[in-house]
Amino acid sequence: MTTTSEPPLQLTAGEQLVRPSTSLGVLSRPKGEVGWKSWLFTVDHKRIGIMYGAAALLFLVVGGIEALLIRLQLAVPGGNVLSEDAYNQVFTMHGVTMVFLVIMPMAAAFANYLLPLQIGARDVAFPRLNAFSLWAFLAGGIFLNTSWFLGGAPDGGWFGYAPNSGLVFSPSHGMDFYALGLQITGIASLVSAINLITTVLNMRAPGMTLFRMPVLTWMLLVVQFLLLFAIPVITVALFLLSFDRLFGANFFNVAAGADPLLWQHLFWIFGHPEVYILILPAFGIMSEVIPVFSRKPIFGYPFMVFSGIAIGFMGWGVWAHHMFTSGIGPVSVAVFSLSTMFIAVPTGVKILNWLATMWGGRLRFTTAMLYSVGAVAMFTIGGLSGVTHAISPADTQQTDTYYIVAHFHYVIFGGSLMGMLSGLYFWWPKAFGYKLNERLGKVGFWVLLVGFNLTFGPMHILGLQGMSRRIHSYAADSGFNLWNAVATAGSFVIAVGVLLFFWNIGLSRRRARGAPPLGPDPWDARALEWMTASPVPTHNFDREITVTRQDEFWHRKWGYDENGKVVRIAPTAEVAHDGSAKGVHLPSPSYWPVVVALGLPFVAYGLIYNLWITGVGALLILGGLYAWVFEPPDDPEDQAHDDHHESDPSGDTGNGADGGGSQDHNGGSADGDGARPLAAAGAPAGPAAESSGNQP
Amino acid sequence: MSDVASPETTVSAPAATGHTAAAHPPTTTGLTHNKLAMWLFLGSECLLFGALIATYMFAKSRLPAGELGPNDVFDIPFTSVSSFVLLMSSLTMVLALSALNRGEERNFRVWIVATALLGGTFIAGQVYEFTVFYNLGLGYTTNIFGSAFYTLTGFHGAHVTIGIVMLMSTLVSSVRGRLSPRNAETVELIGLYWHFVDIVWILIFTIIYLFPQ
Repeated sequence: MTTTSEPPLQLTAGEQLVRPSTSLGVLSRPKGEVGWKSWLFTVDHKRIGIMYGAAALLFLVVGGIEALLIRLQLAVPGGNVLSEDAYNQVFTMHGVTMVFLVIMPMAAAFANYLLPLQIGARDVAFPRLNAFSLWAFLAGGIFLNTSWFLGGAPDGGWFGYAPNSGLVFSPSHGMDFYALGLQITGIASLVSAINLITTVLNMRAPGMTLFRMPVLTWMLLVVQFLLLFAIPVITVALFLLSFDRLFGANFFNVAAGADPLLWQHLFWIFGHPEVYILILPAFGIMSEVIPVFSRKPIFGYPFMVFSGIAIGFMGWGVWAHHMFTSGIGPVSVAVFSLSTMFIAVPTGVKILNWLATMWGGRLRFTTAMLYSVGAVAMFTIGGLSGVTHAISPADTQQTDTYYIVAHFHYVIFGGSLMGMLSGLYFWWPKAFGYKLNERLGKVGFWVLLVGFNLTFGPMHILGLQGMSRRIHSYAADSGFNLWNAVATAGSFVIAVGVLLFFWNIGLSRRRARGAPPLGPDPWDARALEWMTASPVPTHNFDREITVTRQDEFWHRKWGYDENGKVVRIAPTAEVAHDGSAKGVHLPSPSYWPVVVALGLPFVAYGLIYNLWITGVGALLILGGLYAWVFEPPDDPEDQAHDDHHESDPSGDTGNGADGGGSQDHNGGSADGDGARPLAAAGAPAGPAAESSGNQP
Repeated sequence: MSDVASPETTVSAPAATGHTAAAHPPTTTGLTHNKLAMWLFLGSECLLFGALIATYMFAKSRLPAGELGPNDVFDIPFTSVSSFVLLMSSLTMVLALSALNRGEERNFRVWIVATALLGGTFIAGQVYEFTVFYNLGLGYTTNIFGSAFYTLTGFHGAHVTIGIVMLMSTLVSSVRGRLSPRNAETVELIGLYWHFVDIVWILIFTIIYLFPQ
């Protein structure tokens, strides 16, 4: 796909920063740049990204405590730390928390912060919807966790198999909280997916063709498509479960003829793409970190991109490998065995490409690099044990044992979480203007790596010895004692590693006070986000960037001499923007995303306890939506738009590209305040932008 | 690498004059954000209804013999009429948008009201149908067919209802003078949604009502 000659956004410089005061709309919009209100009502993708990340780290602590409780219970045979009932709740909420409230929002944090920057955009396509996604996710996460205080948390496993999750076997309100809470976070993910896909497809800087986008942007795009199509399936499954539990429907009522496989199919049609939703963002992060610290471009960029897309497609055809022992028949088992083996191929391509990127590179083992390399290694172990599940006779032995637990912790903890920790160390200076301490970071990495392998390595053995998943305790003569004790010890080593990370944040933050400002590009990096100041100013870039090749920023800093050696051709300070532009039009903050999001848990509580509360929630949502729609537009000048040409000092503005007639408006059902152009900066001369289509 | 040092020059070059900015929104694909987002949303909705229809088919196939089933309750002629009413509302929706594009505000309002009324008639038909079924003994909790049928058609009915609310909102906007050909796209997007809901009903009507039971 090539870009049209109209740039997706125009930047301007020289005007005063004016928040348009409005006379058009019914309601006013919040103002102010500092204080808690500026965070609560913000629509800035960077602040939203930071809040996603902070919430994910908070839930990481919650989920981590739950993990430690599980390990304490299993440390010795016949453990009595938790009752059977409490144990069910703890392992269910550990899974739900880590999947839906840690890894997914952490990926959303990176997506929000980095996607617009990596494609050279001002913000996402729908900033208010973006804020809504954040608050809806947070509302769902808090709603889920309030179940602890309201009669018991969900206790049917994170997969919530019906009818085990039905009223008969799970009579507390826990599974209602599960079904409704995940429904809320699902709404957040769906809205976010629509928003981010639109952003990537519609708001790329001139010359930023799809195949010049960084691999991270690509992987996040694939993830958003997976979310777009996977979320509605789990939505249906959760509705069916809710209707069974709340209104007495018969979807999973075996006595009425229902088949429990319905839930398993619906859940895993969502659940297996979900696995790639968890891992692909980390793949993208590793594909950004490894080239920078190998001082080489990513090896086989098109293979990297296409293998990601292939994983995205094939991820829809492997779900029944979660159901090999459910009696789906030999043909189904054979088909899903094969497809599961095939999906290892694009994953293997990625691993090869990371290694080939490092091969012959000038390696710098920063903390970010260590985490990325660690993630490649740990993911490879988890991927290989995953291939053993594809062989269905072996899987029949392994299923529902600790071997499975070991496998998915190696891919999700060892792959996703370590990849994301790598990303946190890598982009921390970009977001906050100071680096995390490297020495403490490296110590933390090794502690975490050792603890991780101590915890989950032995689970392979336990599983093959026959220790079942989700058992509350085991007998002393089962032969599980040693490795369970080791795993519990390892889990506390992990806890130390995580604490070191939090300590590192506090320490680095303290030390950064009064330190000279960090430049835009502390790692000598490659993608566009490093081309603007750190921390990134609200308006992202001072000028529009015209992209002529992959790794644009790197190639503006470095060139080749006549012998083909890499030489510096421009200092970073000259290439990068200093963030001093004034008068850039930005979407205004808004009250309503948080109001609408607040309505969601009310609806959910009401469905469980009292329909009147649902009414209150519905009113909040409906009122919030109408206020949202009739909120004054960002820019009253949008409709009469030709009075800002004079103020552009560069004088190179042509005709306004923001033809009012085709602008999206604050009306109707959709969010209308995308980061739309304010000033008509010059559109790039069409032929120049097009002729640079060939990459050097 | 000669262009490396001054990559911004392409930006500061005089803009190509005469490009028809007003005709194309300044986005990479040429589609506005709103329209692209609506298409993506409808793509997602396909999976929602796909899962619901699959659930219905699955449930129907598992209905124990002797229980109240589709053949006992469906009134195909009645539902055919209400389906026809709903399909006609797509026609009036198109006429409404066309009127707005031509600036014929009065016609626009007439067609919007007609669309909403046709949608409302369909919903009224559904309420009537549900009442009849209920009186025949098919409640939501009666059996697996009842649960699946009411859930599927209920979800569709909710979608139509939301569509009617959006149509009425544009009508109010129009009466208050807030709607002009300039924001015809908003109406176009509501139209997309409306047509989508109609198409889903064609599927539901065919698969649920017309396929041999």
